[in-house]
Amino acid sequence: MIKVLFFARLQEEFGKESVEIDKSGWTVEALKDWLEKEYHLTGVTQTMTAVNEEFTDDHYILAEGDTIALIPPVSGG
Amino acid sequence: MTETYFELTEQPILTESVIEKVKRREAGAITTFIGTVREFTNEKRTLKLEYQAYVSMAEKKLSDIGDEVQEKWPDAIIAITHRIGTLHISDAAVVIAVSSPHRKTAYEANEYIIHRIKEVVPIWKKEFWEDGTSWVGDQLETTPYPEGAPWKGDSHD
Repeated sequence: MIKVLFFARLQEEFGKESVEIDKSGWTVEALKDWLEKEYHLTGVTQTMTAVNEEFTDDHYILAEGDTIALIPPVSGG
Repeated sequence: MTETYFELTEQPILTESVIEKVKRREAGAITTFIGTVREFTNEKRTLKLEYQAYVSMAEKKLSDIGDEVQEKWPDAIIAITHRIGTLHISDAAVVIAVSSPHRKTAYEANEYIIHRIKEVVPIWKKEFWEDGTSWVGDQLETTPYPEGAPWKGDSHD
Protein backbone atom coordinates (compact mmCIF):
# COMPACT_ATOMS: atom_id res chain seq x y z
CA MET A 1 0.00 0.00 0.00
CA ILE A 2 0.95 3.62 -0.50
CA LYS A 3 0.12 6.15 2.18
CA VAL A 4 -0.91 9.58 0.94
CA LEU A 5 -0.71 12.57 3.30
CA PHE A 6 -2.71 15.77 2.82
CA PHE A 7 -1.96 19.16 4.34
CA ALA A 8 -3.41 22.65 4.57
CA ARG A 9 -6.10 23.40 1.99
CA LEU A 10 -5.90 19.92 0.47
CA GLN A 11 -6.49 18.34 3.88
CA GLU A 12 -9.63 20.43 4.30
CA GLU A 13 -10.83 19.51 0.83
CA PHE A 14 -10.12 15.82 1.36
CA GLY A 15 -11.61 15.84 4.86
CA LYS A 16 -8.94 13.58 6.35
CA GLU A 17 -5.20 13.68 6.98
CA SER A 18 -4.33 10.58 4.96
CA VAL A 19 -5.51 7.64 2.90
CA GLU A 20 -3.98 4.26 2.01
CA ILE A 21 -4.22 3.18 -1.60
CA ASP A 22 -2.95 0.32 -3.73
CA LYS A 23 -0.99 2.16 -6.43
CA SER A 24 2.61 0.98 -6.23
CA GLY A 25 4.29 1.03 -9.64
CA TRP A 26 2.49 4.24 -10.57
CA THR A 27 4.31 7.49 -11.20
CA VAL A 28 3.70 10.42 -8.90
CA GLU A 29 2.17 12.24 -11.87
CA ALA A 30 -0.34 9.47 -12.53
CA LEU A 31 -1.24 9.26 -8.86
CA LYS A 32 -1.85 13.00 -8.65
CA ASP A 33 -4.15 12.91 -11.69
CA TRP A 34 -6.02 10.00 -10.21
CA LEU A 35 -6.39 11.63 -6.77
CA GLU A 36 -7.70 14.80 -8.33
CA LYS A 37 -10.41 12.97 -10.24
CA GLU A 38 -11.23 10.31 -7.66
CA TYR A 39 -11.67 12.71 -4.75
CA HIS A 40 -12.62 15.88 -6.65
CA LEU A 41 -9.61 17.78 -5.34
CA THR A 42 -8.33 20.95 -6.93
CA GLY A 43 -4.77 21.97 -7.75
CA VAL A 44 -3.18 18.62 -6.86
CA THR A 45 -1.09 18.53 -10.01
CA GLN A 46 0.49 21.85 -9.04
CA THR A 47 1.65 20.80 -5.58
CA MET A 48 5.13 19.76 -4.61
CA THR A 49 5.58 16.14 -3.65
CA ALA A 50 7.62 14.43 -0.98
CA VAL A 51 8.18 10.69 -0.83
CA ASN A 52 9.37 9.38 2.51
CA GLU A 53 10.05 12.95 3.64
CA GLU A 54 12.24 13.97 0.70
CA PHE A 55 11.09 16.15 -2.18
CA THR A 56 10.80 14.25 -5.41
CA ASP A 57 9.56 14.97 -8.92
CA ASP A 58 6.54 13.76 -10.84
CA HIS A 59 8.48 10.97 -12.59
CA TYR A 60 9.23 9.03 -9.42
CA ILE A 61 7.74 5.54 -9.44
CA LEU A 62 5.98 4.65 -6.23
CA ALA A 63 7.12 1.55 -4.36
CA GLU A 64 5.20 -0.57 -1.90
CA GLY A 65 5.27 1.03 1.55
CA ASP A 66 6.08 4.55 0.33
CA THR A 67 4.55 7.53 2.11
CA ILE A 68 3.77 10.31 -0.32
CA ALA A 69 2.91 13.79 0.90
CA LEU A 70 1.26 16.44 -1.24
CA ILE A 71 2.90 19.71 -0.31
CA PRO A 72 1.05 22.89 -1.25
CA PRO A 73 3.27 25.99 -1.47
CA VAL A 74 4.64 26.44 2.00
CA SER A 75 4.11 29.53 4.13
CA GLY A 76 6.15 29.15 7.29
CA GLY A 77 8.25 31.84 8.88
CA MET B 1 24.54 16.24 22.24
CA THR B 2 21.25 16.63 24.07
CA GLU B 3 20.12 19.94 22.60
CA THR B 4 17.90 20.13 19.56
CA TYR B 5 19.03 22.85 17.21
CA PHE B 6 16.11 22.47 14.81
CA GLU B 7 12.69 22.09 16.31
CA LEU B 8 8.97 22.67 16.04
CA THR B 9 6.98 23.41 19.15
CA GLU B 10 3.39 24.06 20.14
CA GLN B 11 4.55 26.19 23.07
CA PRO B 12 5.49 29.89 23.02
CA ILE B 13 9.12 30.20 21.88
CA LEU B 14 11.62 31.34 24.48
CA THR B 15 13.91 33.54 22.40
CA GLU B 16 16.68 33.52 24.99
CA SER B 17 16.86 29.73 24.97
CA VAL B 18 17.35 29.68 21.18
CA ILE B 19 20.16 32.24 21.54
CA GLU B 20 21.75 30.19 24.33
CA LYS B 21 22.17 27.26 21.95
CA VAL B 22 24.50 29.19 19.66
CA LYS B 23 26.45 31.13 22.30
CA ARG B 24 30.16 30.22 22.43
CA ARG B 25 33.53 31.74 23.19
CA GLU B 26 34.59 31.91 19.51
CA ALA B 27 31.60 34.06 18.60
CA GLY B 28 31.88 37.81 18.18
CA ALA B 29 28.34 38.16 16.91
CA ILE B 30 24.93 36.62 17.39
CA THR B 31 22.04 37.67 15.16
CA THR B 32 18.48 36.82 16.09
CA PHE B 33 15.54 36.93 13.73
CA ILE B 34 12.04 36.79 15.22
CA GLY B 35 9.18 36.32 12.79
CA THR B 36 6.02 37.69 14.41
CA VAL B 37 2.32 37.64 13.62
CA ARG B 38 1.31 40.83 11.82
CA GLU B 39 -2.09 42.37 12.43
CA PHE B 40 -2.63 44.21 9.13
CA THR B 41 -1.70 42.96 5.67
CA ASN B 42 -2.55 45.81 3.35
CA GLU B 43 -6.05 46.69 4.52
CA LYS B 44 -6.94 43.29 5.86
CA ARG B 45 -6.99 42.64 9.57
CA THR B 46 -5.73 39.33 10.91
CA LEU B 47 -7.38 38.06 14.09
CA LYS B 48 -5.17 34.99 14.59
CA LEU B 49 -3.14 32.45 12.67
CA GLU B 50 -2.92 28.72 12.64
CA TYR B 51 0.31 27.01 11.64
CA GLN B 52 0.23 23.40 10.51
CA ALA B 53 3.29 21.32 9.68
CA TYR B 54 4.42 17.98 8.38
CA VAL B 55 6.41 17.84 11.60
CA SER B 56 8.92 15.06 10.95
CA MET B 57 9.79 16.33 7.50
CA ALA B 58 9.85 19.96 8.61
CA GLU B 59 12.42 19.22 11.31
CA LYS B 60 14.49 17.31 8.78
CA LYS B 61 14.31 20.20 6.31
CA LEU B 62 15.36 22.69 9.00
CA SER B 63 18.34 20.48 9.65
CA ASP B 64 19.08 20.34 5.89
CA ILE B 65 19.10 24.15 5.89
CA GLY B 66 21.63 23.85 8.71
CA ASP B 67 23.81 21.73 6.40
CA GLU B 68 23.50 24.30 3.61
CA VAL B 69 24.59 27.04 6.01
CA GLN B 70 27.51 24.93 7.21
CA GLU B 71 28.70 24.63 3.66
CA LYS B 72 28.36 28.32 2.81
CA TRP B 73 29.50 29.72 6.16
CA PRO B 74 31.58 27.04 7.92
CA ASP B 75 32.12 29.15 11.03
CA ALA B 76 28.42 29.77 11.72
CA ILE B 77 26.44 27.90 14.36
CA ILE B 78 22.66 28.10 14.00
CA ALA B 79 19.48 27.21 15.85
CA ILE B 80 15.91 27.44 14.56
CA THR B 81 12.64 27.01 16.46
CA HIS B 82 9.31 27.29 14.66
CA ARG B 83 6.03 27.36 16.49
CA ILE B 84 2.89 25.60 15.25
CA GLY B 85 -0.73 25.70 16.38
CA THR B 86 -2.74 28.83 17.11
CA LEU B 87 -0.87 32.13 17.32
CA HIS B 88 -2.11 35.61 18.08
CA ILE B 89 -0.96 39.07 17.01
CA SER B 90 2.70 39.75 17.90
CA ASP B 91 3.40 36.15 18.90
CA ALA B 92 6.74 34.81 17.66
CA ALA B 93 6.21 32.23 14.92
CA VAL B 94 9.88 31.55 14.33
CA VAL B 95 13.15 32.39 16.05
CA ILE B 96 16.47 31.99 14.24
CA ALA B 97 19.80 32.52 16.01
CA VAL B 98 23.19 32.51 14.31
CA SER B 99 26.55 32.97 15.95
CA SER B 100 29.82 33.56 14.15
CA PRO B 101 33.26 35.03 14.84
CA HIS B 102 32.39 38.13 12.77
CA ARG B 103 29.06 39.90 12.25
CA LYS B 104 28.81 39.70 8.46
CA THR B 105 28.37 35.95 8.48
CA ALA B 106 25.80 36.12 11.28
CA TYR B 107 23.68 38.61 9.33
CA GLU B 108 23.97 36.89 5.97
CA ALA B 109 23.37 33.37 7.22
CA ASN B 110 20.36 34.50 9.23
CA GLU B 111 18.69 36.06 6.20
CA TYR B 112 19.49 33.03 4.08
CA ILE B 113 17.80 30.78 6.65
CA ILE B 114 14.46 32.61 6.76
CA HIS B 115 14.49 32.76 2.98
CA ARG B 116 14.97 28.99 2.73
CA ILE B 117 12.35 28.28 5.40
CA LYS B 118 9.83 30.07 3.22
CA GLU B 119 10.79 27.90 0.26
CA VAL B 120 11.28 24.34 1.42
CA VAL B 121 10.04 23.68 4.94
CA PRO B 122 6.59 22.05 4.97
CA ILE B 123 4.80 24.48 7.28
CA TRP B 124 1.56 26.20 6.34
CA LYS B 125 -0.14 29.28 7.69
CA LYS B 126 -3.88 29.77 7.80
CA GLU B 127 -5.05 33.34 8.21
CA PHE B 128 -8.20 34.07 10.15
CA TRP B 129 -9.36 37.44 8.86
CA GLU B 130 -12.26 39.50 10.13
CA ASP B 131 -14.24 38.29 7.12
CA GLY B 132 -13.09 34.73 6.54
CA THR B 133 -10.09 32.41 6.39
CA SER B 134 -7.44 31.45 3.87
CA TRP B 135 -4.38 29.27 3.59
CA VAL B 136 -1.45 31.44 2.68
CA GLY B 137 0.63 30.17 -0.22
CA ASP B 138 -2.37 28.44 -1.72
CA GLN B 139 -1.15 27.03 -5.02
CA LEU B 140 -4.26 28.27 -6.74
CA GLU B 141 -3.06 31.83 -6.26
CA THR B 142 0.71 31.55 -6.43
CA THR B 143 3.48 30.08 -8.51
CA PRO B 144 2.99 26.39 -9.16
CA TYR B 145 5.82 23.87 -9.14
CA PRO B 146 5.55 22.26 -12.56
CA GLU B 147 8.10 19.56 -11.78
CA GLY B 148 6.54 18.79 -8.44
CA ALA B 149 9.70 19.63 -6.52
CA PRO B 150 11.15 22.92 -5.30
CA TRP B 151 14.42 24.43 -6.28
CA LYS B 152 17.30 22.56 -4.65
CA GLY B 153 19.13 25.35 -2.84
CA ASP B 154 22.62 26.77 -3.14
CA SER B 155 23.66 28.95 -6.09
CA HIS B 156 21.26 31.45 -4.53
CA ASP B 157 22.29 34.95 -3.59
